[in-house]
Amino acid sequence: MAVMKMKFPFQKRVKLAQGLWLLSWCATVAGATTFTLGCLLKTELHRRAEVMDNTDIHIVPNTLMIVGLASLGINYFASKICQDALDAGRFPRWKNFLKPYFAISCFFTVLMLLTVIMSYAMTGSLESSLKVGLRNGIRFYKDTDTPGRCFQKQNIDRLQMEFQCCGNNDFRDWFEVQWISNRYLDFSSKEVKDRIKSNVDGRFLVDGVPFSCCNPSSPRPCIQYQLTNNSAHYNYDYQTEELNIYLRGCREALVNYYMGLMNTIGAGVLSVFLLQVHTVLTAIHLRFLQTAMEAVAGNENTEIETEGYLLEKGVKETIMEYLDPVLKFLLLKNQVQEGETAPVTA
Amino acid sequence: MAVLKVTFTKTKRDKLAQVLWILNWISVVTGAILFSLGIFLKVEINKRGELMAGRDIQYVPNMLIAVGLIACAINFLGGKICYDCVDSTKFLRWKLIMLPYIVCTFFFTFCVLVGALMCYGMHWELEESLDMGLTQAMRFYKDTDTPGRCFLKHTVDMLQIEFQCCGNNGYKDWFQIQWISNRYLDMSKKEVVDRLRSNVEGKYLTDGVPYSCCNINSPRPCIQQQITNNSAHFNYEHQTEELNLWMKGCRQALLESFTHIMRSIGFTVLITWLFELSVLTGVRYLQTSLENVLRQGDPNSDSCGWLLENSLMETARTNMSIIKSLGKSNQINTEYHPTNCRFFYENVSK
Repeated sequence: MAVMKMKFPFQKRVKLAQGLWLLSWCATVAGATTFTLGCLLKTELHRRAEVMDNTDIHIVPNTLMIVGLASLGINYFASKICQDALDAGRFPRWKNFLKPYFAISCFFTVLMLLTVIMSYAMTGSLESSLKVGLRNGIRFYKDTDTPGRCFQKQNIDRLQMEFQCCGNNDFRDWFEVQWISNRYLDFSSKEVKDRIKSNVDGRFLVDGVPFSCCNPSSPRPCIQYQLTNNSAHYNYDYQTEELNIYLRGCREALVNYYMGLMNTIGAGVLSVFLLQVHTVLTAIHLRFLQTAMEAVAGNENTEIETEGYLLEKGVKETIMEYLDPVLKFLLLKNQVQEGETAPVTA
Repeated sequence: MAVLKVTFTKTKRDKLAQVLWILNWISVVTGAILFSLGIFLKVEINKRGELMAGRDIQYVPNMLIAVGLIACAINFLGGKICYDCVDSTKFLRWKLIMLPYIVCTFFFTFCVLVGALMCYGMHWELEESLDMGLTQAMRFYKDTDTPGRCFLKHTVDMLQIEFQCCGNNGYKDWFQIQWISNRYLDMSKKEVVDRLRSNVEGKYLTDGVPYSCCNINSPRPCIQQQITNNSAHFNYEHQTEELNLWMKGCRQALLESFTHIMRSIGFTVLITWLFELSVLTGVRYLQTSLENVLRQGDPNSDSCGWLLENSLMETARTNMSIIKSLGKSNQINTEYHPTNCRFFYENVSK
């Protein structure tokens, strides 16, 4: 008993094959676009790799690139099938490839959707990675003479100026870290000695921030030292002052930036996903075409009307047909069973 | 004696027409490129509009935009003409227009050349304009409460950060102007009052610079106040310190950036000019060879094409006399009669 039988006049077969061919080419281009988007995201993540602690988030662009390449290949393959679909002589050589094509196509379509979901799910991981990375960056800001860390100052300064942010959570993070190296502290000066003595760990902590925290939109020249001391500056109240330095924390700024980027890319990938689903559904129509062509195969007159069906046997039997080779491969089914019966009959 | 005479067979003529058709369409594309380069330059100049004063240098991008549009139109027409030239019956339609078209295009190529030269010549005016603009911007840096000037601080800060420069010629320019507004000066403090009194014009001058002059690559936290005072900072000598602030002046930095853009655009325009000239030469040959075919009567025969029918001197003389006789309608010029290749060879052999 066949599932969903339909009648197919010749014209309809031609139109179906042409439509599918065009759709496959669109989906190929869409696959290339997905690959490009994946590359873009990876490049952006790589640019800020110094302030990220781990590379867990890179799984999102990596998967996107793989899915893009795979869908490029699959849809190119599908368009080749469509080209031969109307030629009864050339079509039979594709017969064996149709079942794996469906399976692989469905797999990668689902994977595409999973990638988009993953990008939202990994926000927490990205945030904690940035938290640790930024904390280290701020701690090693002063170590411009230590190999391996000498560019931290540059990176953090550039980051703060580009993303208009200051510190990890906010500018107060700089108050808890010694960001002025001992090389530039005059240890003969009384105030320096006092400050270092007053600190438990012997660190030189100030209520000041680096110049890269300064906000260019401020109407007054930047105040970066003695931020909490209102009397040190004329006409200054640090609680109400909002324009002097950037108030946003760099972690929040970076997370927002990357989430925005992934939202845009996610929207693009979702539309590619819809196109891919459309292509797979049309490929199911191709299945109709295939079965219709099989009916034509024996006949000399190729322009007759033929019937096509979705599944030759019922749904359950078809699923078992697909799963059998997979199970055999996984050695879950006993292959000896068939062999055992043979000697008995012999 | 014709200038640069070439013999054309029928197939050669057809091929020439087809090649010229394609080249004309490529020229349309280059015309569009010129147009977009003009727009790009206009946008770049407007972006730094607040820092340029005095001279108006908008004429350069405007010229490029106009030239680009005219090039598109002329080459579009040229493409149509060349497409029809393959068929000698269709050529009759364009016969009368072709010579004026060629003359117009010839003068137009001069405009393209002028445009290219303007790109290179803009350098001096730009430098003057930037000098005046930057001086003014630095003077009004502190006036963040004056309408019309309130964004100059932001503009100058972003400029110094982006182009990695400080001041007009160098960071010392900031020592000569008051860049800290009186609103943020505590007039009750003795040192502030002393400093104001010590200056002739009552300006508050310091040996400090705004934070945007700070160099990111410096290994130590930025020193922006008391720059010339070595004892104010530990382990600091201002004569040898190069990494603390940006050493380059903003005028030089902006000039370098614009010169780079102008040179690239100028080069592209020169290439376009050469291309247009070669297309024009091809069209001239096509026109003269097709006209000779018409005179000979047989569309499949060989014909000659040339740039000028007579030598340069004679053509100039003839054109001058035509221009002189424009007012006088009675004169009939009988000396100017058509020639063909056979006539030439017969005369030469005699």
